[in-house]
Amino acid sequence: MKDISLGQYYPIKSPVHRLDPRTKMIAVILYIITLFLIPMLPNYINNGGTLHDYLIIAAVCYGLIFILLIVAILFSRVPILRVLKSIKGILFLLIFMSLISMFFYGGPISEGSWQWSWWNLNLSTESLINAGIMSLRLVLLILGPTILTLTTTPTDLTAGIESLMSPLKLIKFPVRIFALIMSLALSLIPGLMDETAKIINAQKSRGAHFDSRNLFKKAKAMMPILIPLFISAFKRADDLANAMDSRCFNSSKKRTKMKRLSFKARDLSLLLFVASLIGIIVYRGGLYMQSIMIGGIVLGGVAVVFMLFGIIESVVLKRTDG
Amino acid sequence: MTIKIKNLSHIYNPKAPFKKVALDNITLDIEHGDFFGIIGHTGSGKSTLISHLNGLIKLQSGDLTVDGIDLSKRYDYKQLRAKVGMVFQYPERQLFDITIERDVGFGPRNLGLDKDEIDKRVKEAIIKVGLEFEKIKDRSPFEISGGQMRRAALAGVLAMKPKILILDEPTAGLDPKGKKQILHLINSLRNEVPTIIMISHNMDEIFENCNKIAVLKDGKLKGVFTPRELYDNSSIVVDSGLKMPSVYQIISALKAKGYDLNAINEEELIEQIISAKGDTL
Repeated sequence: MKDISLGQYYPIKSPVHRLDPRTKMIAVILYIITLFLIPMLPNYINNGGTLHDYLIIAAVCYGLIFILLIVAILFSRVPILRVLKSIKGILFLLIFMSLISMFFYGGPISEGSWQWSWWNLNLSTESLINAGIMSLRLVLLILGPTILTLTTTPTDLTAGIESLMSPLKLIKFPVRIFALIMSLALSLIPGLMDETAKIINAQKSRGAHFDSRNLFKKAKAMMPILIPLFISAFKRADDLANAMDSRCFNSSKKRTKMKRLSFKARDLSLLLFVASLIGIIVYRGGLYMQSIMIGGIVLGGVAVVFMLFGIIESVVLKRTDG
Repeated sequence: MTIKIKNLSHIYNPKAPFKKVALDNITLDIEHGDFFGIIGHTGSGKSTLISHLNGLIKLQSGDLTVDGIDLSKRYDYKQLRAKVGMVFQYPERQLFDITIERDVGFGPRNLGLDKDEIDKRVKEAIIKVGLEFEKIKDRSPFEISGGQMRRAALAGVLAMKPKILILDEPTAGLDPKGKKQILHLINSLRNEVPTIIMISHNMDEIFENCNKIAVLKDGKLKGVFTPRELYDNSSIVVDSGLKMPSVYQIISALKAKGYDLNAINEEELIEQIISAKGDTL
């Protein structure tokens, strides 16, 4: 299937592509935690805050995150539209969720705010703001990991996960086997996708049609694809197991790696950046003016570091490309 | 004219950084009654070309007419696929149904034929590919031998009664005997299926069976030749990264020894060798 690339890795060279996969994964995890640490409107008001204060805090927090995201996208050199395409998958969920939170807002509503209600549906300034922020959060939640998968090959991701999970060896978790299973699964995907495309084409040539609207018919139409696919998947797995056996594979021995992960200065700087961001957002409570200042300083500093790295990288890249 | 291809080009992933030009401005005609061979190195665009012929790949640029159906306009997929039978590489991997009879009937059922017609066609097709209908019809396609599976898969395509049959490496992975049997089978179909198109890496098969041979290299068509023409201009084949068939190798070795031979297939070669031997004796 030449029309589909594995996962969504976007094969170009960029400073973000060059980062250690572990860095990117930790950064994404921090990023997601940060997103969840930003208070939601009902909680904030229940804790004695005002709508006005909340708006400022939300603007600062989401602003910072937004800037981080933009910087990451720009440095990854992936077209912005390609990144935004990932939202398409959750569009339905997004609309559904924002409608629900818009009409069934359960939080407190201040006296002066605008309200509208019909039957069981209630709208208010608060509910609209809440729905907007929830949608924004969901979009941001998708975009962060998207940049990770766009700029990291599945192999690197597996290596990163293996390395990050290695402390679990202490509690006898079979990290090596787990990593092996993951990388084997990943390595089988392109072959299986190829096989799927071939089988689909073969059945189409025999007049099969997969575009029926009827769900039952659609499921039935999948059988001529699924059965040959399962058979071929089991065969492949069997062959692979035999090949590994014949080369004396032993899961208890430590394996060496062809490509070692290395944690560099640029990785540290990115992590510091993300960590300071989370620091600011954790530190929000009431002292938002201070956070703006700290945030501004950190952001400025890191932006300079990033730019320097960008310049150095592009010079180096040009040299190696030419 | 059965198939008319004009200025056909195809690019995979046209907008992505990993785009690939698979076909570059191909123009060729395949006529009614041709046994048309397509040769080329891996990745030369052979499979992309044949996938166009029954609408598996959407036309990007150029014109393509298959037995009166213009593929650059809207057309009926079912009608096209009933006309053009496609046997992919390792066709036995497409088998899926509970019994061989049902599997062979998959194509005809998709065409919406009535039950009597389906049963008749299935029986005919299974017998035509050399399997014993009564013995095999109720067995699972997964419990017969590899060679039988390939025949059953071929029957699945023949049961649709195509006018044009496309074969992608029909003998790949078979032992020499199985290869001979399949080729013999294909040749025996000429009465029902007038036009046959075959892709193969086995030059012996191509030169023995085809009356016209298209040579592809890196998505470009080097030309359509008769076996005779390629025997006289072997550089076309060699430059495309392919080998000439073994009959050619034997002839050129004998020519180097001073024998004047002009055979282009096994039978002629044997005859000429026998008569040449008589001369020297």
